[in-house]
Amino acid sequence: MSTTLQEQIASPERGVKKNYLNADHTIASWLLTTDHKRIAVLYLVSISIMFFIGSIAAAFVRFELTSPYGQWLTSEQYNKMFTAHGVVMIFFFLIPSVPAVLGNFVLPMAIGARDLAFPRLNLLSWYFFVIAAVLMLATLAMGGIDTGWTFYTPLSSLYSDTQVTMALVAAFIAGFSSIFTGLNFVATVHKMRAPGMTWFRMPLFVWGSYATSLVILLGTPVVAITLLLVLFERVFKIGIFSPELGGDPVLFQHMFWFYSHPAVYIMILPAMGVVSELFACFSRRRVFGYEFVAFSSLGIASLGFLVWGHHMFLSSQSVFQGVVFSLLSFMVAIPSAVKAFNWTVTLYKGSVHLTTPMIYALAFLGLFLIGGLTGLYLASMDTDVHLTGTYFIVAHFHYVMVGGGILGFLGGLHFWWPKMFGRMYSEFWGRLSALIVFVGFNFTFFPQFMLGYLGMPRRYHLYAFAPEWQFYNVLSTAGATVLGVGFLLPAFYLTASLVKGKKAGPNPWGAKGLEWENADSPPITENFERIPIVTGQVYDYDAEEDSRLIRAELDDHERRDKAHLPGEH
Amino acid sequence: MAAHAHAESIEDSVYFQYETLEQQQETYILGMWAFLLTEIMMFGALFLAYTVYRFQYQRDFFIFHEQLDWKLGGLNTVVLLSSSFSMALAVHYHQIKKKAATLWCLAFTNLCAFGFLAIKSIEYGEKFKHHLFPNDSFVWDAALHGGNPEHARIFFSLYFVMTGLHGIHVLIGILVITTLMVLIAKNHRLITDYIPTEMVGLYWHFVDLVWIFLYPLYYLIPK
Ligand SMILES: [Cu+2]
Repeated sequence: MSTTLQEQIASPERGVKKNYLNADHTIASWLLTTDHKRIAVLYLVSISIMFFIGSIAAAFVRFELTSPYGQWLTSEQYNKMFTAHGVVMIFFFLIPSVPAVLGNFVLPMAIGARDLAFPRLNLLSWYFFVIAAVLMLATLAMGGIDTGWTFYTPLSSLYSDTQVTMALVAAFIAGFSSIFTGLNFVATVHKMRAPGMTWFRMPLFVWGSYATSLVILLGTPVVAITLLLVLFERVFKIGIFSPELGGDPVLFQHMFWFYSHPAVYIMILPAMGVVSELFACFSRRRVFGYEFVAFSSLGIASLGFLVWGHHMFLSSQSVFQGVVFSLLSFMVAIPSAVKAFNWTVTLYKGSVHLTTPMIYALAFLGLFLIGGLTGLYLASMDTDVHLTGTYFIVAHFHYVMVGGGILGFLGGLHFWWPKMFGRMYSEFWGRLSALIVFVGFNFTFFPQFMLGYLGMPRRYHLYAFAPEWQFYNVLSTAGATVLGVGFLLPAFYLTASLVKGKKAGPNPWGAKGLEWENADSPPITENFERIPIVTGQVYDYDAEEDSRLIRAELDDHERRDKAHLPGEH
Repeated sequence: MAAHAHAESIEDSVYFQYETLEQQQETYILGMWAFLLTEIMMFGALFLAYTVYRFQYQRDFFIFHEQLDWKLGGLNTVVLLSSSFSMALAVHYHQIKKKAATLWCLAFTNLCAFGFLAIKSIEYGEKFKHHLFPNDSFVWDAALHGGNPEHARIFFSLYFVMTGLHGIHVLIGILVITTLMVLIAKNHRLITDYIPTEMVGLYWHFVDLVWIFLYPLYYLIPK
């Protein structure tokens, strides 16, 4: 290994520079790679495909709802569509999106390591993901499932005659794929940090990923075994969750939500980490209250395990239980608010650059705020009785999952894209599509708050009994079309940038962080020529310096303009 | 010269992402503990289900547990505890680089693991014979034994799932221990690095520990 490094140092300019992408071109070198950066690229391709498939299912759902009379799909088909949308988007896009793509690529570099702690386990994680994804797609091709992504018993265990068994196996395997990633991150953050990289010099993205990994390690095994029990119940008629067999379906809900509420944080915490990086870089300031933001990630991760009962206010839970879960759910809003306030204060007196990633970050802040605050309506028991199971819930979690999770992912992808592939994308198209996503998103999901308030139940495909809901539904579908365009555009201009984009250079954003300051774009296979030694604080930006530079540049322009003027006359 | 060769062999067993052997070893042990944490959560969910139903059907569970043979279960506890002891010895001998002793201890551990599975399969066979496996042919003669047949179904469902999952862990343990033995026997260098054995040891003690909880919860339910 040391010889290859020396070769690179000795002859850096023999034609093209060596990096992780051109190190080897065979297909086997990709499929058998243990390089965290290549695995991140593999994940990026795979989850993009899954996102596309999940979006098509969503398109069917939205299209069906433009009419109150359920004209195009049967109830059965509609059930399968929204289930396909939920299962694919949650298990195969949102959960792996930020950790497995951006985390895989950035986390080892951000702490100054040559790779994750267990590279082969990392590759295994991708293979598990692919096997699970293929199984899930086969499930959909063979007729799909109609249980909803929640797999509630006894529908999923005794009644549904769709392909639930196979879907459960797929979800089970996908769970292990994310456990492997989480395990890797925890070991890496604990043991692989470069000299001088103390815990409080770690970028907040690393903190977010670390907290997420803890949630994955503690939560995923529980849902895995729960789904396995449902599987046994279907196949062997073992009775643990089904009342006919003497079991308790509410126990399933407890065990399911014990994972699936924290799963929300698996989707949002890493995205929060991403936008912390974006706010710091594009405001040219250290994130305000860095320690608080770091600890709030751990606070969310731990409190997040104690609130699952808010999904079950109406499932035979005692009032006392309900009150406790309600209170705890309110408390989990505190660390989230700490983050939101600190990001906002970071902007204050910062030197704000409205680049594509920053637009995503600002959109994230606004949408996550709405998503989070509407969560409080649902956390208080009396409003929840009215709103639960309506489109209010649907709108709420899409504001968090899409407005938070996906926008964070897209922001991070645009931020680290030059690092991943060494090319800049078109900033014009980047900003434009960010704006389209923001506008389309709000048109899609804000009307759903109205629908929920008016009482439209989720998972219904006809509402002939209340045709006045059609206006909001058509509005939402129109918004979804715009949103779809916004999501599709990056596929084009990002791909185009690989060929036509101008060379990025090691640090196109002038960002702080080991991956920017100590590595090339794209990085070499070993990440760094020598392991960096960290001496400074994290986010060592200087907003004043930055604005002075800009002012100097403007003055320079002015002077040149003045100098040109007399000559032209 | 010999000292130099030795130093090289240590360096060779350090993967490129680590700076030192010590860092690699610490990371592996930490990774193993993190993995065991996920295992605890996985079994924990099952123990929760058990607790809920035992709490609800206290008296029934006493009746059902009489169908389980506490002597065979006790024998299995002894077998598994001795295997854990020999596993601990294997780690010890590996640390002081005694190859033959390490291999013998691992072999004994494996033998015990096979013994455990053999006894377990006798027990399972009995249950199948008496239609106590909770599939379609499940029969619970309430007139003869008392207790609610539906609750009996839950009891035996949990029994088979929990001991079955534990049995699968024992089986995986046998595979892992066998692989480890082959590696140590073939690869003379591995004797300088005891971390793999220590990791397998941690796993095996965990498997043992799960049984230590399973045994009293199923076989020794008080009236
Ligand atoms: Cu929740």
